[in-house]
Amino acid sequence: MAAPLVLVLVVAVTVRAALFRSSLAEFISERVEVVSPLSSWKRVVEGLSLLDLGVSPYSGAVFHETPLIIYLFHFLIDYAELVFMITDALTAIALYFAIQDFNKVVFKKQKLLLELDQYAPDVAELIRTPMEMRYIPLKVALLQCFPQCYFSCLSDIPVSVPTHLVCPRTPLSPPAAVHTCENEEQSLLDLFLGVCHDVCGKPSGNHLPLLLPSQLLGFHPRSLWLYINVFFYTIPLAIKLKEHPIFFMFIQIAVIAIFKSYPTVGDVALYMAFFPVWNHLYRFLRNIFVLTCIIIVCSLLFPVLWHLWIYAGSANSNFFYAITLTFNVGQILLISDYFYAFLRREYYLTHGLYLTAKDGTEAMLVLK
Amino acid sequence: MAAAMPLALLVLLLLGPGGWCLAEPPRDSLREELVITPLPSGDVAATFQFRTRWDSELQREGVWINLGRSSVMSSQGSSAPLSTSSTPPTQSLPLPPSNPWVWPMTLTTTFCAMLCCRGRWSAPKTSPPGRSSCPVVPRASLISFHLLQAGLSVLLKADRLFHTSYHSQAVHIRPVCRNARCTSISWELRQTLSVVFDAFITGQGKKDWSLFRMFSRTLTEPCPLASESRVYVDITTYNQDNETLEVHPPPTTTYQDVILGTRKTYAIYDLLDTAMINNSRNLNIQLKWKRPPENEAPPVPFLHAQRYVSGYGLQKGELSTLLYNTHPYRAFPVLLLDTVPWYLRLYVHTLTITSKGKENKPSYIHYQPAQDRLQPHLLEMLIQLPANSVTKVSIQFERALLKWTEYTPDPNHGFYVSPSVLSALVPSMVAAKPVDWEESPLFNSLFPVSDGSNYFVRLYTEPLLVNLPTPDFSMPYNVICLTCTVVAVCYGSFYNLLTRTFHIEEPRTGGLAKRLANLIRRARGVPPL
Repeated sequence: MAAPLVLVLVVAVTVRAALFRSSLAEFISERVEVVSPLSSWKRVVEGLSLLDLGVSPYSGAVFHETPLIIYLFHFLIDYAELVFMITDALTAIALYFAIQDFNKVVFKKQKLLLELDQYAPDVAELIRTPMEMRYIPLKVALLQCFPQCYFSCLSDIPVSVPTHLVCPRTPLSPPAAVHTCENEEQSLLDLFLGVCHDVCGKPSGNHLPLLLPSQLLGFHPRSLWLYINVFFYTIPLAIKLKEHPIFFMFIQIAVIAIFKSYPTVGDVALYMAFFPVWNHLYRFLRNIFVLTCIIIVCSLLFPVLWHLWIYAGSANSNFFYAITLTFNVGQILLISDYFYAFLRREYYLTHGLYLTAKDGTEAMLVLK
Repeated sequence: MAAAMPLALLVLLLLGPGGWCLAEPPRDSLREELVITPLPSGDVAATFQFRTRWDSELQREGVWINLGRSSVMSSQGSSAPLSTSSTPPTQSLPLPPSNPWVWPMTLTTTFCAMLCCRGRWSAPKTSPPGRSSCPVVPRASLISFHLLQAGLSVLLKADRLFHTSYHSQAVHIRPVCRNARCTSISWELRQTLSVVFDAFITGQGKKDWSLFRMFSRTLTEPCPLASESRVYVDITTYNQDNETLEVHPPPTTTYQDVILGTRKTYAIYDLLDTAMINNSRNLNIQLKWKRPPENEAPPVPFLHAQRYVSGYGLQKGELSTLLYNTHPYRAFPVLLLDTVPWYLRLYVHTLTITSKGKENKPSYIHYQPAQDRLQPHLLEMLIQLPANSVTKVSIQFERALLKWTEYTPDPNHGFYVSPSVLSALVPSMVAAKPVDWEESPLFNSLFPVSDGSNYFVRLYTEPLLVNLPTPDFSMPYNVICLTCTVVAVCYGSFYNLLTRTFHIEEPRTGGLAKRLANLIRRARGVPPL
């Protein structure tokens, strides 16, 4: 399995290097969908030059990174490209091994439950086999490296796990905690997240301003309530999914990406990279086609409507806001669809796949 | 409109001399002066200056200076001069626009309190000055003047002043030494008003002008309490040939000096000279052109500047200042002070200064970044301008999205950016002899420089108008409704999935629709469902 992973990494690094040197780099690095005020490389450079001028980077409202970033990039500013590529590659490798680990855990658990006769007799086709799970880690690494992460890389901050954890760090500790309680061996992903939590979580001392949920929602004077949604679902999800911590983490990351202020493409890419892990849920998804269409169309319309508002002056901010909202609706429905599929599979596993109603006809399952 | 408040102060301060004429403590002195300068384009510039000097030893902390109808309080020690002035943004002219300077803030609020100003003091909060003067407020509207009754202030008639193409007011307060060893100090208050009259309006196409045509008033009597009350008319370039122009009434004396590097001649009319006004009970200075003046290009000053915003779209832009040094062989340093409002986020790592195509590093740079809604950016640099060159100072910025309550009633008009202030000692081509400052007119002694080979110049660039990304103002309602809907969708889905479990649905036996359908079927004679 090492060879395909190495191949993936090499291709990813090549494409990133090519993009860095192309003329697209500057164009993409300033796009609003890719960079947010919290994760903009331009602001890091600004902070460092303020430091050179003898002014504290935190005396203005431009620089919002942690002091750790200052220390790190003070010496590495000339090798920033390399740093980002290496970080992305490391993230991909970490995810690869984490998912591999997770697969082993899943398989072991499945075997245990089979022996304990917890599953219904006719659910053979729902049982996951090592064969089908063989390529999942690679797919995850692939998805992490390739699609939207390019753009995030060009925004010049590795938008993978570290930056994603810039803002809402606390909701991710419950899943990590649950996972460690369950398994004696420390999952790699866990460790990685924990380390990132500590490293990136040093408070910058003052001033992270009130994070208005997406720039446009700043119009609403009391928009803090939207931000509460990030934390609001943690406990109920923890209670419901206490036996499935990785799925819990997946849902939590998705919720953070949806309700975060200044969401970017990188946040979305992070949870979408985990889709191969839940491939087996595909047969239970109800609206996947519509939702995929929504997400693709909204992604295409984002830059168009931004251009129309800011540059052409013909549309107004309502258009951009509407497309943001539609994209969020699409994400919400996608995540709840996956959640539904997961719960449904669990039900089938314990109650049998071919259910019949009392009168012998095929049963309908409803949530009640 | 909020800017009108400080204007109220300034205007009322300008009442000083007039109200002054009515009641005055005996140990202070007032000098007033009017300088009329015809500009090369044919417009006429008139600058009033009123200087009040108090020779009493004033308190260090907290000083009340009673000017009759208005009062000025200086809350700093004696070492803090205060200048405040304002000018609406009009086309650039060779006269200094003013620099409203609201530092210290305590002084400002004191102004407001004493003059019973109601309303919020919402001038942009500026930071204390670095090495040069303070930042500027770009836009102010002039409000009405009260009429004054004696001396030069009789010319300040509001409706004529509103028809000018440029006006600017300033107030300067500073301590001055009373003697050479500076053992005691006096306080000096200078109030100035500069206006430029459009030649076309005043002269109906000809370049003749007269006081009556410009101000619709003439000078009748001097202010009885003024120790000096004079009118100076610039007759420099046209003095050689008496056939070119005629000034009426003919001046008794002239004054020659090196002003801003060039030798100028002024005709003096002294209102305190009884012979001046005795004849006709009023003084209406007129200038008539006997021969139309040649339209020669005005001489290019040694230092001039231009500022503009480039870029497209409402996301970012670039602010560029061009500094021209047209002196053929002398290079000199210029102190450039830029105040940029917080909603244009400057990126100081993109600051580039190029002269003649090569990079020019500033000798001194002081940058204070802005804090959102609290203070603007302050950028101050000392730049060496090479001889006969153009220096371009450019910096990139990003436009911020304001909260919806912070937009003005007409947000698509744009937001003003204050002018940059350039201060320099410009080398002069004319050597001058040292002068006694008490004998020289007020306009020459405001910024005294004893070295005649240089003269001090404070230059202001154009104020700029930038657009910010403007939201649609129906958005708050839309945002609330739609965001609540989306959050409800999310909450509903998650609530269902979290609190409900799967059950096999039992087929329902009854149902109103089914029974009704069966009823109709029975009526038709078809087997029931």
